[in-house]
Amino acid sequence: MKIKEKKPAAGRSGRTLPALVIGGVLLLWQAVAMWIDAAYILPTPVQVLQRLWELREPLFLVHLPATMGITGLGLLISLALGAGLAVWMDASRTAERALYPLIVASQTIPTMAIAPLFVLWFGYSIWSKVLAAILITFFPVTITIHDGLRSAPREMEEYMRTGGAGKWEIFWKLKVPWAVPSFFSAVRMAIPICVIGAAIGEWLGAQSGLGYFSKRMMTQLDGAGVFAPIVLLSAAAMLVVWLVERLEKHLVTWWKEM
Amino acid sequence: MQEKNVEFQNITFQYPEDSQRMFENLSFSVARGEFVAVVGASGCGKSTLFRLINRLEEPEAGRILVEGRDVREQKGYSGFMPQKDLLMPWRTVGKNLMLPLELRKIPKEKREPMAREMLRQVGLEDCWEKAPRELSGGMRQRVSFARTLLSGSDLLLLDEPFSALDFLTRVSLQEWLAEQWESLGKTVIFVTHDVEEALYLATRILVLRGRPVRQVESIPVPLPVPRRRQMLEQPEIQELKERLIAGLQREEAAYYEN
Repeated sequence: MKIKEKKPAAGRSGRTLPALVIGGVLLLWQAVAMWIDAAYILPTPVQVLQRLWELREPLFLVHLPATMGITGLGLLISLALGAGLAVWMDASRTAERALYPLIVASQTIPTMAIAPLFVLWFGYSIWSKVLAAILITFFPVTITIHDGLRSAPREMEEYMRTGGAGKWEIFWKLKVPWAVPSFFSAVRMAIPICVIGAAIGEWLGAQSGLGYFSKRMMTQLDGAGVFAPIVLLSAAAMLVVWLVERLEKHLVTWWKEM
Repeated sequence: MQEKNVEFQNITFQYPEDSQRMFENLSFSVARGEFVAVVGASGCGKSTLFRLINRLEEPEAGRILVEGRDVREQKGYSGFMPQKDLLMPWRTVGKNLMLPLELRKIPKEKREPMAREMLRQVGLEDCWEKAPRELSGGMRQRVSFARTLLSGSDLLLLDEPFSALDFLTRVSLQEWLAEQWESLGKTVIFVTHDVEEALYLATRILVLRGRPVRQVESIPVPLPVPRRRQMLEQPEIQELKERLIAGLQREEAAYYEN
């Protein structure tokens, strides 16, 4: 009941304001772009949408699936790897001390600089791009899930121990359910990052994909053509994040009270 | 002499971060079926008694017996009720009650009937499917108590279970707990800082004094069971209450001077 009462008020200020800001920015963009009047430097939003429509076939049928495939694969591997490492570091202090600094250090590797190496290793195959996506995704995923597991309340853990629970039972019956919301935050955060990783990979060496397409349009000085796949990429990422949020709301109803 | 349920034998204990010992060569025992209230100033080690019984801390010297056996040789010998109810928010009330049964490895098909029966005993049979957040503070403590009983042990350790509740709820839960104790015939050790609560519920009061605590003062409560609240008005009980409070105040002052 409480939630229902809150919703209208939160909805009005929570939705209308950002919509107004976005609308304002788009209008400003349109005005500035019309004033500059050089579509190869700054196309208008209308031009971008037009281009998106004209290019719909290659964009939706070839390049979007290619990028989403890389993103999906990168995301799955990052989540599996991140969750595995997080569980391991949670279970063993030694593993935590040994791995945590390495994981943090992995984040200082500039993906843009190292990705060409992946192209050398894996050629133009999907794996060079997937690796670039994993490299930037798995760090926040690991840390977020690890924090989730660690934040399980000590009192609850002790309570379970007094009831005779072993390490395994504490893990499955307390830590895992407790970390489910963290897992979802990790997924929500990972999706856009993973898309960026995939696009970077495609920029550096690919034969398809939205990143690759945007780069090709740049060589043709087609400003609207550069923007169109980017718009599509963001829209796809937002859609997936939204779907994950819906799933999370459906599954984790208890988190609100904490 | 009645049979002993819990026995501290020459326990010496110190928290690693403390400069002083908490208990030194401390011995006392609680007989089967007693309702013992432990009172003492803040930081005197009331809750530490439970942590030692539950083996969340290990004593430097001495041993603790429950039912005549060293606690290090057994599991699941106590039912612990913490100050916060610690119900798992992702489990329904019914599933929360089944947790101790899962830990005790009770066969699956027996768990639900046992838990349902216990929920009926605490008068909340309609709440089986509810989430803990849908219950009031008093109801949650009753569920928590039911869960403690489902640990199946004859020794109940209650750590200030009503201290976070409002006055009226606290009073009615005290009366409810008194009834439960009379009908269950279990041994209860009840930690509280509320002298009146101790006098109303307990058959004997243990006072922890000094730092380190070397012995407990044992004060039988000269009232028959079942109790009525008016009995607390008797002059001798009033006098006992004043004496206990004055003693605790002195302790408290000494504690903050150090």
